[in-house]
Amino acid sequence: MPAVQETVEQVRRIDVDQYKYGFVTDIESEKAPKGLSEDTIHFISGKKNEPEWMLAWRLEAYKRWLTMREPTWARVDYPKIDYQNAYYYSAPKKKALASLDEVDPEILKTYEKLGIPLREQEVLAGVVRPEGERRVAVDAVFDSVSVATTFKEELKKAGVIFMPMSEAIREHPELVKKYLGSVVPTSDNFFATLNSAVFSDGSFVYVPPGVRCPMELSTYFRINEANTGQFERTLIIADKGAYVSYLEGCTAPMRDENQLHAAVVELVALDDAEIKYSTVQNWYPGDAQGKGGIFNFVTKRGDCRGPRSKISWTQVETGSAITWKYPSCILRGDNSRGEFYSIAISNGYQQVDSGTKMLHLGKNTTSRIISKGIAAGKSNNTYRGLVSAHRKAKGARNFTNCDSLLIGHDCGAHTVPYIEAKNSSAVFEHEATTSKISEDMLFYCRQRGMSAEEATALVVNGFVKDVLQQLPMEFAVEAQKLISISLEGSVG
Amino acid sequence: MNAEVRAMKTPAEQALSAAFATARGTLPGKGAVAAMREGAFRQFDTRGLPHRRVEEWKYTDLRALMRDLYPVAPPPDAAARERVKNAGKLLGGVECRRLVFVDGAFAPDLSDLTSEPGIAIDSMANALSKSDPLVAAHVGQTFATDDVAVALNTALMGDGAVIRISPGAAPKRPINLVFATGSDKPTSAFVRSLVVVEKGAKVTIIESHESGNAQINAALELVVGDEAQVDYIKITQARALHVASLLATVGAGAHFNSFAFTSDAQVVRNQSFIRFAGEGTKAAIGGVSLLRGKDHVDSTLLIEHAAGHCESREQFRAVLDDESHGVFQGKIVVKQHAQKTDAKMMTRALLLSDEAEADNKPELEIFADDVVCGHGATAGALDPGLKFYLMSRGIHEKEAEALLIQAFIGETLEEIAHEGIREALMIASLKWLGTRS
Amino acid sequence: MAFLEVKNLHVEVEDKRILNGLTLSVEKGQVAAIMGPNGSGKSTLAYVLAGKDNYKVTEGEVLLNGENLLEMAPDERAAKGVFLAFQYPVEVPGVATMTFLRTALNAQRKTRGQEELSTPEFMKLVRDTAGHLGINQEMLRRAVNVGFSGGEKKRNEILQMAILQPRLAVLDETDSGLDIDALKTVAEGVNRLRSPERSMVVITHYQRLLNFIVPDVVHVMANGRVVKSGGKELALELEAKGYAQFAGEAA
Repeated sequence: MPAVQETVEQVRRIDVDQYKYGFVTDIESEKAPKGLSEDTIHFISGKKNEPEWMLAWRLEAYKRWLTMREPTWARVDYPKIDYQNAYYYSAPKKKALASLDEVDPEILKTYEKLGIPLREQEVLAGVVRPEGERRVAVDAVFDSVSVATTFKEELKKAGVIFMPMSEAIREHPELVKKYLGSVVPTSDNFFATLNSAVFSDGSFVYVPPGVRCPMELSTYFRINEANTGQFERTLIIADKGAYVSYLEGCTAPMRDENQLHAAVVELVALDDAEIKYSTVQNWYPGDAQGKGGIFNFVTKRGDCRGPRSKISWTQVETGSAITWKYPSCILRGDNSRGEFYSIAISNGYQQVDSGTKMLHLGKNTTSRIISKGIAAGKSNNTYRGLVSAHRKAKGARNFTNCDSLLIGHDCGAHTVPYIEAKNSSAVFEHEATTSKISEDMLFYCRQRGMSAEEATALVVNGFVKDVLQQLPMEFAVEAQKLISISLEGSVG
Repeated sequence: MNAEVRAMKTPAEQALSAAFATARGTLPGKGAVAAMREGAFRQFDTRGLPHRRVEEWKYTDLRALMRDLYPVAPPPDAAARERVKNAGKLLGGVECRRLVFVDGAFAPDLSDLTSEPGIAIDSMANALSKSDPLVAAHVGQTFATDDVAVALNTALMGDGAVIRISPGAAPKRPINLVFATGSDKPTSAFVRSLVVVEKGAKVTIIESHESGNAQINAALELVVGDEAQVDYIKITQARALHVASLLATVGAGAHFNSFAFTSDAQVVRNQSFIRFAGEGTKAAIGGVSLLRGKDHVDSTLLIEHAAGHCESREQFRAVLDDESHGVFQGKIVVKQHAQKTDAKMMTRALLLSDEAEADNKPELEIFADDVVCGHGATAGALDPGLKFYLMSRGIHEKEAEALLIQAFIGETLEEIAHEGIREALMIASLKWLGTRS
Repeated sequence: MAFLEVKNLHVEVEDKRILNGLTLSVEKGQVAAIMGPNGSGKSTLAYVLAGKDNYKVTEGEVLLNGENLLEMAPDERAAKGVFLAFQYPVEVPGVATMTFLRTALNAQRKTRGQEELSTPEFMKLVRDTAGHLGINQEMLRRAVNVGFSGGEKKRNEILQMAILQPRLAVLDETDSGLDIDALKTVAEGVNRLRSPERSMVVITHYQRLLNFIVPDVVHVMANGRVVKSGGKELALELEAKGYAQFAGEAA
């Protein structure tokens, strides 16, 4: 059998219906009545026992949303979203309690099936971990309500606050009021405004001055109910000299109707602080015909507020039918630094339009963007980036490298960078290449004994190495697996 | 949901509609041409002048920049013709065949119409009026685009050049189309030219624009036949609102080189739409813009690889001083079956002051997998290390800067094959540098 | 039966007939040299043995140890012991040489039902082998063939051969582009791998390589088939008389 034809066949034969995580948990959940109106907002706020000021904030956002129009400029095509035909709140009926024991066993079984770091259950059960081993605290979100928060005590000792947003609103209102909406204002964009009105839950993190958060914080998401949009809201604050590393990962079950995911993530880094935010995203990409799948419209922004602060976004994206996200950094503080490392894989009929924005405002700010896009099947993968230096941004420096790898004849890879220098001392460098895995390369690897899939995985790994190195260890291993699964044949 | 509500027409848009209403009866060309004008005008009418929310015009908001429409220039009188006597001075030392257009109208008495085998020349107004078959075959069909500036040009085009180079012909002298304003009042002109280079032919075409206070909408359609070799150079020195479109389709096994030199501009938008329709073609597309004061120069390219095995190299540089604004948008599109495409684009902006602004958007849209495509963009100031090196050898600061800027510009000018033209442009650059405060 | 049996092989590339009824046997442990002018089909033979795409076999068969080789995918052939030292080794950016070798070796072992080597075991194997070829740790960390000089690329091919321990090694113009010192190092490496369990097909244009890798038998190819076979003296005869004498044959 001719060598490379076969390779390309196998890689193309990605049986998207074999989505590993495609199943549904049968569990009672309480939904808000269908549709979106002021009543829905009251319902959500009431269910969470929110104070007046929070309800007022939501209502203002909702009123604004009614006056806005959905944006249409990204290179993605999707059927019109009927905002009235969805549920905006869905929580498992049994309430989350103090210890994991009391959590609905069905939910825990779900997480076991997902095989995600809720093997922290193990640790909670009392297994003593050897000294120095890295630990992960998990705040698991399951359809709008944070189900469990582990390691609370340990973090409490260090003074780190890590809790569901709904809890933080009640227990730390001053902090929330001070920072919520300060990086992504309610008026920012259509989906952010919608989120501000109906956000369900998410993580709240505050690291006090000089504290290095003793473990990596993590959250896993899942959308379960049909027609539920997930609107989580996350706010992370690193006070002066603090450090925190946060991991976010998501999976979702198979559904025929497209599901909306419009999250907002705000990061604030004060003087000399550092926030590392990593995402491994594996939403349902739609079946082999391109039907179903998640719509992922996310606004993520980091504000390097203080001098010498640093925010880095690292992401591996392999899921979702439509992705539309541009994690950004506002480099406000002098000598602050923003980084963006990304691997975006698209297959089947997926459409990805994503990238980053680095806004250089302060003096001597630096940014680095490494983006690797891999397109296969009939997918379209677009990188859209903005690097801009404000008039007063003396000494701004940026290095961008975005490369695309194409597998097969029916996919497309696009790069749209906007480079705006309004200051002469800015030094911006941008390089981009597009290529394919050459037949010669594949034959060379196969002649040495690797199967077509192994060869592709090896070459792809070499291609994305620079970015994988940036991920925290737990994620790097999972990410590598995820990448090969996304590109393999029907390997379940 | 919400219907696309069209904003109210601006004074310029209203004036354009009025101008078309008045002129449509008298503009050259009946039948199919008239219908083409109507269709084009409708395109403009529905969408209006492009503004910053139109992706391709993001950095050049024409709707805002064009407050009103200058009256369309009347046929030039003796005074006007007198004023353009020195037109084309930049290329003074280069032996060319000159075709001169004053205020958008062909001036045969100022042009070189000596007959030469292999070259056929006519004015566009003439060709449109007598339904010239060459024009009927190509005008409006070189590159499919719905760009509004091109549509306006199609609707209101008055005159221009029609040139045909016969198969295998290789005229020795470059053909220089010189467009100059002679009127002493602010006027507007819509010029359209067609150049058809047949199979295996070889020619150099120069399009120079020199204008005072005017509004120019120019378009040149270029058809490069199989195995032909075409060098196209555009020189723009226009203290005016100047929007120019190059629409080119290139055949197989051809060599196509295009270079744009822009300086002393007010608001210039040079847009090129180039399509590789045949395999095995090599193309080099470059440009250099020199901006100062409040100049605004936008170079926008759309390179479409519709056939495989072609190689394209795009290299653009801009020098920006004072509060000027330079824009480069370069989009490379590789269609699905255009395998073995090799496309590389590089844009560099040199900022000489803190108020200057450079916007670069090098885009790649790739639908074929067996290709090699890349682009690079840099923006920054003069390398202080290099400057110091020169100064440490005794060269004064201003001179050191000038040398470095010259080197920056010179590297791109190397792309131009014709020695005479290259030198003329180098001298023009030096002159521009010389007047730097 | 010989270890490698090529019987009446006809091969087309892009509708052009390159191999024209090629018949050849290589015994176990034998080093067979294949010489011939440009266009005789030498490299085509190498690619067909390795299973490269676009080489269409229109007639004939190839048996490796009695098994039909042509039916197998390239990686299967590798696991059966076929190794091709490329004339132009390919660059694989971002993949360290060490990683490449380990992945290849373990892939072959897996196919053969053997246990994979652990990383420390593998690294020891490589260190011992690389030393002889003058390949240091630094080179092993670099991406495969990226930025390697001609000599380094060829030495890397031999290193791979030493690690993968093939039963049939096909060396496609291994001497091309090498100066005399590089040639000697590569030849030494190849000679160290000679064994009664290993067959080698050494394809070369020039006789010089065969001074260092002395063949047991020499076959001359012209116009897509073998036109003469003999001992190592045949190579010297060719050096003296050139290939023209075979131009007319096997038209």
